[in-house]
Amino acid sequence: MVRFSGVGLCYPEGGGAWALQGLDFLLPEGSFTWLLGPSGAGKTSVLGLMHLRLRPSIGRIEVLGHDPAGLPRAQLPALRRRIGVVFQDYRLLPHLSAFENVALPLRIQGVTEARLRADVTEMLRWVGLAERAEAAPAALSGGEQQRLALARAVIARPALLVADEPTGNLDATQARRVLSLLRELHRLGTTVVVATHSEALPEEYPAPALRLEGGRLLRHG
Amino acid sequence: MARPKGATALRPLRGRDPLGLRRALAGWLLPALVGAMALLAALAIAGAAGAGRLAERWEQAAAGQVIVQVPPAQAEAALARLRALPGVAEATVVAEDRLRALLAPWLGEVPGLPLPVMIELRLVERAEEAALREAAAAIPGAQVERRGEAVTQALRVAEGVRGLAFVLLGIIAAVAVALVAVATRAGLAARRETIEILHELGARDADIAGRFAARLALLCAAGALGGLAVALPALWLLAEAAIPVALSRPAAASDLPWAALALLPPAAAGIGWLTARLAVGAWLRRLP
Ligand SMILES: Nc1ncnc2c1ncn2[C@@H]1O[C@H](COP(=O)(O)OP(=O)(O)O)[C@@H](O)[C@H]1O
Ligand SMILES: [Mg+2]
Repeated sequence: MVRFSGVGLCYPEGGGAWALQGLDFLLPEGSFTWLLGPSGAGKTSVLGLMHLRLRPSIGRIEVLGHDPAGLPRAQLPALRRRIGVVFQDYRLLPHLSAFENVALPLRIQGVTEARLRADVTEMLRWVGLAERAEAAPAALSGGEQQRLALARAVIARPALLVADEPTGNLDATQARRVLSLLRELHRLGTTVVVATHSEALPEEYPAPALRLEGGRLLRHG
Repeated sequence: MARPKGATALRPLRGRDPLGLRRALAGWLLPALVGAMALLAALAIAGAAGAGRLAERWEQAAAGQVIVQVPPAQAEAALARLRALPGVAEATVVAEDRLRALLAPWLGEVPGLPLPVMIELRLVERAEEAALREAAAAIPGAQVERRGEAVTQALRVAEGVRGLAFVLLGIIAAVAVALVAVATRAGLAARRETIEILHELGARDADIAGRFAARLALLCAAGALGGLAVALPALWLLAEAAIPVALSRPAAASDLPWAALALLPPAAAGIGWLTARLAVGAWLRRLP
């Protein structure tokens, strides 16, 4: 569950301009939501607020039942671990193998080596990268990196998954593949938010949409 | 693409090093510098211990001993009067060959040289040494050796050496802290994005800082062990040369301050751990 109440965001480097303004919405638990809008509309900023990389300048947010502003710093990591993020630029660790990149969230949680090995192998198979487990991220194609980023985002079975342009750099076939993975996660009960500037992608999987423009919400539904 | 190379290069990093610190904080520079610091620290410790040992020995030797020098002609009379003084337990003439041996380092072997007579007084316990010295000095021709003062001065020098050694240890520790801080900052710069990603994936500050701290503790301990490995033979040679002169007996293994030296690697590890932990902790607190 994600709730935004009167949320506005003003980047310190932004010269006082509001990147986001007056956002009010509620995404129910287990929902799938498209976050739509042209480049610069504020999609990445909204996702940043959802996965606690950013704090609202005004207003309140609630993520998975918690207001991050009301949590002591020591409790933020536990909340972050329940949120999976597919970054627009993947944010894979270049010095770690594909396997280790996917294993990272489990290592952070202190999962034992034996359980971790089985889970990561299974996850790599799910995204079709079983053969590339030992490859460096730089040795993977764009589509493979995208799927690797997705695998890392969901390995710890997050309650909330946010994906930022997860098909942005992919051809139609690869994009459809990633989308079907996201749909499967939704089917399994994860709350999913997918940001895209593409108008075509949402037609492949009709679902509620938040439409942003200039940092404001155009319509809800 | 450099795929095979990249893929093989990744393998050793599997497992326990998600921050890639073995590479970001690699190289021999930090251990070598910490090793040099440990070497200096070992010398300072040995210097302090040696000065302490020497001072102790001087103090023991000086306690309750007074030497009176008299012209040979008046030796008998002086000896009798000295024995009669209150507080004197024993008064003996220092044998000539012992006197020659004692003076040899300064005078060389000069067979014909006329020597004064030295009378060594051992005092009863709790004797008033100052009063006794005055009484002895009143005997005609007698000169009371101002050995007490010489020892006091030597003790002051020994104390100075010890104080200097502790100041040196402080400076060495400060330099080690600075070295670790610089290395940590370099590691942070090299792994900035990695740290941010781990943070966003829900890693605790303590986990991230702890990994840096463990790595730097290891590097510092390794450096200190290396420094110690160089220092020990040098200290042994020094002990072998100095102890026969200072304490007139051969050097023994127990002459090296083992306990203090053994503390160097853990101390270096502790400095590395704490400095890195605090530096990285402070850096992480700026993240949202
Ligand atoms: N780190 C930043 N500092 C300052 N301004 C930013 C920053 N990130 C984004 N912005 C601004 O916020 C607005 C929304 O950006 P963003 O959320 O990235 O939009 P989108 O993801 O829809 O392209 C833009 O005007 C952008 O210039
Ligand atoms: Mg964006």
